[in-house]
Amino acid sequence: MKKNTKILASLILAAVFLGLLIFIDNSSLKNSMLSTCLQKGAIYALVAVSMNLLNGFTGLFSLGQAGFMLIGAYTYGILTIPVTSRGSVYQYFDGGLVQFSIPVIPAIILAGIMAACFAALIGLPVLKLKSDYLAIATLGFAEIIRALIQWKQIAPLTNGSNMLRAFPTYDTILFPFIISAICIAIIVLLIRSSYGRAFKAIREDEIAAEAMGVNLFKHKMMSFVISSFFAGIGGALLAMFQASVQAKAFTSAMTYEILLIVVIGGIGSITGSIIASFLFVGCMEWWLRFLDEVHYIGDFKVPFLRTGFRMVVFSIVIMIIVLFWRKGIMGNKEFSWDAIAKFFKDPFGLVSKKKKKGEVK
Amino acid sequence: MANTVLSIENITVQFGGVVAVNNLSMHVDEGEIVSLIGPNGAGKTTAFNAITGVYQATNGRVSFNDRVILESHPTGKMRKLYAGENADLYHKIIKNTPDKIAKLGMGRTFQNIRLFKELSVLDNVLIAKHMRLKGNLFTDTFMINYKEEKKIRQECLELLKIVDLYDLRDEVASSLPYGKQRHLEIARALATDPSLLLLDEPAAGMNPQETEELTALIRKLRDDFKLTVLLIEHHMNLVMDISDRIYVIDFGKLISTGTPDMVQKDQRVIDAYLGVAEDE
Repeated sequence: MKKNTKILASLILAAVFLGLLIFIDNSSLKNSMLSTCLQKGAIYALVAVSMNLLNGFTGLFSLGQAGFMLIGAYTYGILTIPVTSRGSVYQYFDGGLVQFSIPVIPAIILAGIMAACFAALIGLPVLKLKSDYLAIATLGFAEIIRALIQWKQIAPLTNGSNMLRAFPTYDTILFPFIISAICIAIIVLLIRSSYGRAFKAIREDEIAAEAMGVNLFKHKMMSFVISSFFAGIGGALLAMFQASVQAKAFTSAMTYEILLIVVIGGIGSITGSIIASFLFVGCMEWWLRFLDEVHYIGDFKVPFLRTGFRMVVFSIVIMIIVLFWRKGIMGNKEFSWDAIAKFFKDPFGLVSKKKKKGEVK
Repeated sequence: MANTVLSIENITVQFGGVVAVNNLSMHVDEGEIVSLIGPNGAGKTTAFNAITGVYQATNGRVSFNDRVILESHPTGKMRKLYAGENADLYHKIIKNTPDKIAKLGMGRTFQNIRLFKELSVLDNVLIAKHMRLKGNLFTDTFMINYKEEKKIRQECLELLKIVDLYDLRDEVASSLPYGKQRHLEIARALATDPSLLLLDEPAAGMNPQETEELTALIRKLRDDFKLTVLLIEHHMNLVMDISDRIYVIDFGKLISTGTPDMVQKDQRVIDAYLGVAEDE
């Protein structure tokens, strides 16, 4: 395929998607399951890509993502609740400590910066660890952050274990898509730059990377901080999406959900993470919901169907994916029009297989 | 007299009670090709790793281009355990991580090929240029200094042409045949803009013809890039053919040094390689 054709095809795809979103936004579908899944999918895509930057491209197995999302969500919430509503939100703490509010966009950026600052602090001791030990340490820190935010002593700031609410949300469902798209684009640019190459070098072989002049600690820290920055922004978006935020929800289970998206999409594939996050949210929130309800076929009550059965089926689906697509949907490749064109010319590689057999003879 | 590029003084590397390198002193002058040889397990690679900062030497000093890059003396537990010599000669501790040493101009290859396996051949070489880029995270991400990126890309392609990998530039590194992988390692080390090139068994696993080609390549690189080369090698043909001087070590200790002819005739070297008959 020619380069121009590819660009044209990408533009058409983007335009179709954008048109679809605008259509949903302006129709009765706005509050439907479809719209909910799309919004949540876009937010999860951003967080999954940020996790992929760390786990897939730098090779640092970190499980702190939910913690950094939590910091992002809380920073956004605390800074944007209108002064007039603070009295009712912080009802047990005399309206709380913070008595000002800032606009939405600066608050989102600050949410990212706050998460990045925490990551820098945590990274200092933790990034000297390797593989599993790093995962355990970051998981621990995420839990500590969650506990800390619910701590009574700082409750005038964080509202303790009570909910933060009444902060501004978005009116159009395009908002999370635009923010996510910008952030993912920046991550893609980063990965394609010289720094991205250095990250990949660390993933492939630390000793060789160091011998080629890549400062391990500096680059690991960079990757960790950048990943957390975008996780923080993802957290702020999630807070806007839910219209309320409570520390209780950001458990390690949330990190596992995101890790799952990364693994299903393919470790080291941005497009894989994006596709997988929409599929994951779709399955989780929508397509498998019917399994949680009791159904009758005629007089026959379908066995097993009850609350919670969805998760059983979901686990089985994931096991099948991990068993048969060990590298995830995309492996470590990216979406390309060439691959699509090849697929339509020669679906399932039948022709090329025959050709190869012919060569052997 | 030529300048001394690398000077190693009384280096001892001890792991627990095992002395891997014992009081090794050597120097490499500008433009020379110097070989470090010895039987298996003599401590050659350990010496390399101590020079490049992968291991912390227990005792001794290394200077590179008149700058001390490593100085050490036994400390802590090692003070009691230390079994080497010259324990009181050095008093400072100067450490450098491998990336800093690489930045000073010491490029190296590895004995057990350590390429970035899943990346393309070109990317492998480009990574070595990363530390020489002037841009920062921001300018790099948003392609503000795309001209520099273009320039280093061009330089890397030139390097690949020299080691005859230009046609394979988009292949994944692990898919290359063994000999080509060795060449790629050399290209990658060259991309760090070194003044001293350390080659750890560059001809391991190569057939005689490939070895001959490699000999020619190393000579050519020395002349074209004004390099100084220190190499570890077991192929005696290559070593005797290419070296200006040779250091021989056995059980971590220097047993002989000099030109290839001198070393070949040295009884201690013959003993180290062939063993001593017990009857005599």
